[in-house]
Amino acid sequence: MSDLIDPLTQAKEWQDQGLKVAVATVVETWGSSPRPAGSQLVVNEEAGFEGSVSGGCIEGAVVTEALDIMESGTPKLMEFGVSDAMAWEVGLACGGTVRVFVEKLEA
Amino acid sequence: MKRSLLEQLQSARDAVLPTVLITRLEDGAQALIVEDTVVTGDLAPDTALKDAAKDCLRQDKSRMVDGCFLQIFNPPLRLIVIGAVHIAQALVPMATLAGYAATVIDPRGAWASEARFPGVAVLQDWPEEVMVALKPDRRTAIVALTHDPKLDDPALAVALKSDAFYIGALGSKKTAAARAERLKAGGSDPDAIAGIDGPIGLNIGAVSPAEIAVSILAKMTLALRGPKGS
Repeated sequence: MSDLIDPLTQAKEWQDQGLKVAVATVVETWGSSPRPAGSQLVVNEEAGFEGSVSGGCIEGAVVTEALDIMESGTPKLMEFGVSDAMAWEVGLACGGTVRVFVEKLEA
Repeated sequence: MKRSLLEQLQSARDAVLPTVLITRLEDGAQALIVEDTVVTGDLAPDTALKDAAKDCLRQDKSRMVDGCFLQIFNPPLRLIVIGAVHIAQALVPMATLAGYAATVIDPRGAWASEARFPGVAVLQDWPEEVMVALKPDRRTAIVALTHDPKLDDPALAVALKSDAFYIGALGSKKTAAARAERLKAGGSDPDAIAGIDGPIGLNIGAVSPAEIAVSILAKMTLALRGPKGS
């Protein structure tokens, strides 16, 4: 369950550089989904990201939401699945459902 | 997540301590449990949540409990390879990609050179002493690849007394049977000996060192996770 670069270490480094950072974490999955609960994606205010919360299908949507959350500071639970019209748009091709918690890394 | 909590989480991970981060999804309140102690946070986990955290660590699985997400940070997986051989040269980078911290042990200087294993912890020592010092735990896989009983056997004897989740040894069925006899004569537990994976690896018809490394890593993964649907 290891990533090549540890996302949380990356988050800390970005914050050290003065960048705003948000952390996205897979908290629940149903059916087939490529990344297990606990998988993380970290995003900085320049839309740079490290880690993954899916096989690449929902990262775009999560990054967009993360940019809002690092401004507002209000955490949000996102859900992607086949029953969700949005999921078709972002293309969760694996047919699973995944819930992703997105929070700001506070100072 | 607060910066101070992240720093405590990272230092617990650096200290190789089993750690659970609890996040209440409703409002983002968090608590950090390091080993058995709640160290910090704006959330006070009750006994049920603390027990659930312990279960998560044991099962090596993060999950939702009662509106809270329990995210586990188990100590990293380790791989100890006896024998700085050709298969080890392929297995170590593969296992590193899969998240293992790898250590190679071989007292033979020509084999255990930095040039053959760039950036890898290679110990030019006799396996028996090093194995005891490394204290293999339930997050450790041990692979004996030297084909030399002088090196493999003492290492395996130490491995068999440990909680290592996978122990494999290179060699044919005949070699494996002879090795089992030697280990038995040496006083190792027969049940533990029977648990050694040998001939080593998942039977995928591997021929080249890299293919054999794939088969070993596959078997290690199976031992760690169990088959899907189990």
